[in-house]
This record gives sequence, structure tokens and C-alpha cells, in this order.
Amino acid sequence: MKEFIITVYSENHIGLLSRITIVFTRRKINIESLTVSESAIAGIFKFTIVIKCTPELIQKVVRQIEKQVDVLKAFYHTNEEMIYQEIALYKVSTESLYDSDVIERMVRNSGARILEITKEYTVIEKTGHKEETQELFEQLNKYKVMQFIRSGRVALTRDPIERLSEFLKERDAVIEE
Amino acid sequence: MYKQNVTIEATRKAKDTNGSQAESNSQQIKKTIKKVTGSQAVILSILEEGVDTIFGYPGGAIMPTYDALYDHAKNVKHILTRHEQGAVHAAEGYARVTGKVGVCFATSGPGATNLITGIANAMLDSIPLVCITGQVTSPMLGTDAFQESDIVGISIPITKWNYQITSAEEIPGAIAQAFYIAQTGRPGPVLLDLTKDAQFGEVDFSYNKCKKIRSYIPETPVDPSKINEAAAFINRAKKPMILCGHGIIFSKAEEELMIFAEKAEIPVAWTLLGLSAFPTSHPLNVGMLGMHGNYGPNILTNEADLIIAIGMRFDDRVTGNINAYAKKAKVIHFEIDPSEINKNVKADVAVIGDAKKALLMLIPQINKNTHKNWVREFRKYDEIEHEKVFKKDLYPTKPGLTVGEVVRISSEKTNHEAILVTDVGQHQMIAARYFKFKHSRSCVTSGGLGTMGYGLPASIGAQLGDPDRTVVAMIGDGGFQMTIQELGTIVQNKLPVKIIILNNHFLGMVRQWQEMFFEKRYSFTELQNPDFIAIAKGYGMEGHKVEKREDLEPGIQKMIDHKGPYILEIIVEKEDNVFPMVPAGASVSDVILEP
Repeated sequence: MKEFIITVYSENHIGLLSRITIVFTRRKINIESLTVSESAIAGIFKFTIVIKCTPELIQKVVRQIEKQVDVLKAFYHTNEEMIYQEIALYKVSTESLYDSDVIERMVRNSGARILEITKEYTVIEKTGHKEETQELFEQLNKYKVMQFIRSGRVALTRDPIERLSEFLKERDAVIEE
Repeated sequence: MYKQNVTIEATRKAKDTNGSQAESNSQQIKKTIKKVTGSQAVILSILEEGVDTIFGYPGGAIMPTYDALYDHAKNVKHILTRHEQGAVHAAEGYARVTGKVGVCFATSGPGATNLITGIANAMLDSIPLVCITGQVTSPMLGTDAFQESDIVGISIPITKWNYQITSAEEIPGAIAQAFYIAQTGRPGPVLLDLTKDAQFGEVDFSYNKCKKIRSYIPETPVDPSKINEAAAFINRAKKPMILCGHGIIFSKAEEELMIFAEKAEIPVAWTLLGLSAFPTSHPLNVGMLGMHGNYGPNILTNEADLIIAIGMRFDDRVTGNINAYAKKAKVIHFEIDPSEINKNVKADVAVIGDAKKALLMLIPQINKNTHKNWVREFRKYDEIEHEKVFKKDLYPTKPGLTVGEVVRISSEKTNHEAILVTDVGQHQMIAARYFKFKHSRSCVTSGGLGTMGYGLPASIGAQLGDPDRTVVAMIGDGGFQMTIQELGTIVQNKLPVKIIILNNHFLGMVRQWQEMFFEKRYSFTELQNPDFIAIAKGYGMEGHKVEKREDLEPGIQKMIDHKGPYILEIIVEKEDNVFPMVPAGASVSDVILEP
């Protein structure tokens, strides 16, 4: 079992998210994280999906996704092949910041930042890989984290352009014929 | 409005006979049409797609569309089935015989959910369907309104594509896409869910057939370098074997397959859905693959040095234990759907694209060759199978009637020219093994899903698809009672389907497994059946029952000679088994001929 990042480019159609997730659920593959947003190309949506599976299975699964009528293209990469980030938010009591400078040092050392301070609570934000945001969580939790949330992964390839662009040029040429 | 519709129809007809002029007339008329209702747009759109038959069942949410259909009774036939499952299987039967898209209508809620089994069947067997379901009005969506079901959500995993239409303007475009997607590339079922307000709404109607969709590549051009690789393998092979699948029929490559097989003298074995693509009597036809396939092709799969799979997907019923499958062979996989490559069996050469185009490129590169000894090996196994299985199946001497002899005589009496429709189970396997075919698209059966209850409604579609041919529907007593109500449809539409009920008072295939693998513990497989002939008569159908061998041939003859629909109930041996058999989990070469 290995962690893979799947990138799916699709038309923006209702129901497609369900079509894509069913490809995983029907094979009993758990989705570790899922992020959907508009890509650099107007009107085209990009799914970033993290799953754990074998190298044989990932190929089959990606082909099943690409087979969906409204999917333009699907790629998969290992973590090493991509630049990726997740964002985490931590809510701690403001009081615990007053007690000592430990939390302040944690924020400083981990490159996190403070988003909001009220009388009751303080919200800290950190971006990074899961292990990094998790580590900060564990440190902060010694002083009780009141709420915690981590986003799905966003990832880019090291290619200079959106990988779909070439494909789209070809397809648009075919469509215009 | 009605007049305009008539004019459109007249133009449509003219188009068939007089191309370009009619084309421009049609365009003119499109321009003159101002507004139609959404439901009229549905009917006009499917007429533009050349649909001549709809299978369906009306109800609240689809009523506006049925109202629009009322004006077109002369232009398009609507077959009212007795259950929506009947409609969808009939549409499948129609599609399989004609090669056209099968169309069915159903209402929202239970009407739509009753289509599910048929849609799932079509998905697994790659049958092109367009199913149009009614839906509650769009403001009511998600309110648990009367007869609301989320049919788009429910049908996602079993449709090639589906879409909910909530405004009349979307109708022509969505229908055009639906027909395009259903029949291009690897075909499959498409569902359009049509809210009631979309049907009542208005649209400026013009119709353009869909030719391309940006995100959808139905087929990729065949890569010539892959053809070179394939040809090199084929020209070197000593023991090559062709596996002919459903894709041969879809791509209309029957002739190319024959030229290819004959040129290099390569034996052709077929999957259940590839049946009838290659004539039974052809000297290179070596029979069916898989669990209840023939002895030779199963054993020799593990002797072959080259497997040439064309338009088939290495289903587990074909391969048996995949880890012990075709171990000595290189595999060439001709396949239109890239997701099938290496899915079950690893391909040494994958030729992605349309089978016909690929074969046309391949044939000139194939050396004329002979494999006499190799073909003879298949015949040797045929002889063993003949002694151990064929004889007692086809020419039994024991008193009980066998399904095998019924199939043999039915095929003979129709001069091997009939369309065979089957249900699912023992009789299906036996019919596939012994019915003979001269023409492609002559076998209608449920493959991947193994849907009991498929046969009777599918025979309706098969007969409508080819009214001039004899349709013989062979159905077990179990499956028959799953969709028995479609007798009403057959009678109402005067369809001369010849129905043979093979009655052993058992769910035979399950009973066979219980006998072989569950110590004869016949857990809930015995059936107390009704008087089928009385039921036939009740529906206004002729029929009679055969119990003795001397009555069998005259009985089948009487059925064939009868002008209208007919039911022949044949009491067959209660505990017969289907052999050969590849036991579940065994390798194909461990196929057994007797218990």
C-alpha cells in the first residue's frame, strides 16, 4: 500500500463528484482526502484525491475515472512527484497563551500564524504536510485544542503548465472540425 | 402545432429517400417552427434520432410526454409492457437484434426504480439504451414528493451517463448527447430524468445530432505499431486461438474476423455474448469458452501459445481461476475500452480501438498460414465431449426429456435461422452450447448480470426488431415466472414469439450447485408451478404441454408452424446437470465432463 495523489480534470457537471467517488467506494478504497476547485483553465474543475492502494490498483482506478463521460483527463502521482500542502486551523483558549510563552514559541518555530484573537480563544493557522500539521496539533493539544480542522490536500506537478492544456488544445481542434 | 409536427415527419421521411434536397427542406422547417412544449420536443428529438419503437409504461410524472406521443402514434410505435422491467429488457432485446439504440419511457419513483435491473444488465453487457424517466417538478425536488426517487443518484453506477433535465430548453441537446453517448465507443445505457415542468415548458425547437463531446473520446485511432507487434506474434504462433466477444458484433467485424481466422487458420472460440458472430458450422468454430463452455477451448486455452482476444473482457466466467489462466500464452487484446486493458488479464500487446478497423489493418500483415494439427487437437476434445456429453444431452435414450434435445430439435426445425432468446440458468448454457447459428445478432441473452426474468420481455424486443424472423424464446420455469406478465404485451401486440418453457420444477442451476457443492441440500429450489398452458389460454395464447419424447418433435413443429404467439411447455428431467463445467475457483483446464 502506498499513498497516491490523483488529479482529475472534468467538466463542471452536477453528479460528477458522486460518479468519481463511487469508483473508490465500490472497490472499498477509502478516500484519504478530496479537494475540488476550478482549475487555471476557465470552466474546468480539478479534483485532488489522496488514496492508499497498490501500484496495480491505482492504474485501474484512474482508468475507470477517466472512462466517465464528463471527465477530461485523470493522472496519478506519488507524493514525491508533486508539491503539495494542506492547511490546518487550531483553536486554543486565549488564556493558555497568557500562562507562558510556550504556545507563542510553537507558533513561531513551526511557521504557523495567528488568525484571530478574542477574549476566549485564539485561532492558529498552519500549512504543510499532514505530519507537520499533526505535529503542531500534538504540541498544542498539551494546552488543549478546543477545535481542530485540516483541509484536503492541494497539489501541483512540477510541469511548467497545467498538464491538461495540451490535451484541451487537441480536443478543441477535434471539436471545431 | 400538430400540423407542424406532421410536416416534420413528412420531411423526415423524404430525407430517407432524397438526401440533400430534403435536408434543406428540413432546415427550412426547423426555422419555421417557433415554439413547442418540452414534451413535444422529446418526441421530435427521438424521431430525429430515427427511433421507431419505444418500450414504456406511463404514469404521473411522464404524462405530458405520453400526451405528446399520442399525436405521433403513426410515426413511432409504443409498446406498453406490463412492468417497467419488461420495457427495459424489451428495449435491450431490440437493441441487440437491430444494433440500434433501445428506447424506454417510465414515470418517476417506482416506474424509474423498476428499470434498474435492466439498466444494470445493459451496463454489464454494453447494450445501447436511452431511458427517459419522468420526475417531479423541479421546485419539488428533494422534498420527498409523491413518487419522487433520486433516479439520477441511484443509477450513477449502472449508467454510462445520466442527466437530469429541469428546463425545456435543455431537451433537444440532452437527447442528442444521450443518443451519441449510448451508441458510440463501448455502448451502454444512458438515463435522462425529465422533470414535469421541463415537459410543460416551451422551447424553440431545432435539432442537431451530437457528433462530439469535449470530455468524451469514444474510440481512439488504432496505433499501427501495435498492429505490427500483433502481426509479428500471430505470424510466429504455433498454437494461436481467437476469443471472439461481443465487440465483434458491435463493430460489425464478423466478416473481417472470418477473413483473419481463415487466412492464418486460427481456431475461433467465443464468449456467451460473442455467440452467433461466427457461424456454428464454420470449420474453425471450436465452441464456447468458460464455465459451461466446450471441452476443447477450455483445456486448450492452457496449451495455446497465443491468445487473440477481440472485443471481450476476460470475465471471470470465461477465465476461471485467473492465476491459472492461459499460462503458456502471450495475449493480444483488441479492445475499444482502455479501462479493460490489463484489468483482468495482462496483455502483451494491447490494440486499443474499434475491432473492425483494427482487423482491417491487421489482415494484410498476416501471413497465410496453416495450423492443421492444432485445430485437430480441438476436434479430438470434441470427440471426447461428444461421447461423454453430447450424446446423452442431444440423443438421450433414458426416458426423461433433456433440454439438449429440445434445443437441438428447435434449432433444426427453424433451419438454424431463428433468433434465440434465453433466460438465465441451466437452459441458457445448454441453449448456447447446442443452438446453431448462421447469422450474427441472432442470440439474445443476459451475460454479465445473469438476469433471471430477462428472456420473455427480451423476446418482445427481438421480435419487433426483426419481425420477419422466427424468435424462439427458451425460458426455465423459474425465470418465466419472474416476468410472466409480459405474455399480455405479446398478445396485445400480436407478436408471434415461440416460447418454450423448460420445466423441471426446480431452480435448476442453483439445484445443480446444491447437488455438487452443498451435499444435495436442496434449500428452497423446488417450485410448485401453475398450469402454464391455462395461463397462456387466459392471456388468449395458444399452447400445449409435452411430456413424452414421441410428442417432442411434432410439438415443436406445431409451435413453429403456428402463426401467432405460442407456448410450448416441456417437462424435462428433474435433476439434469449442465456439463462440461469449470468448478468455481478452478482453472479452465480442470474442466470436468461429469460429476
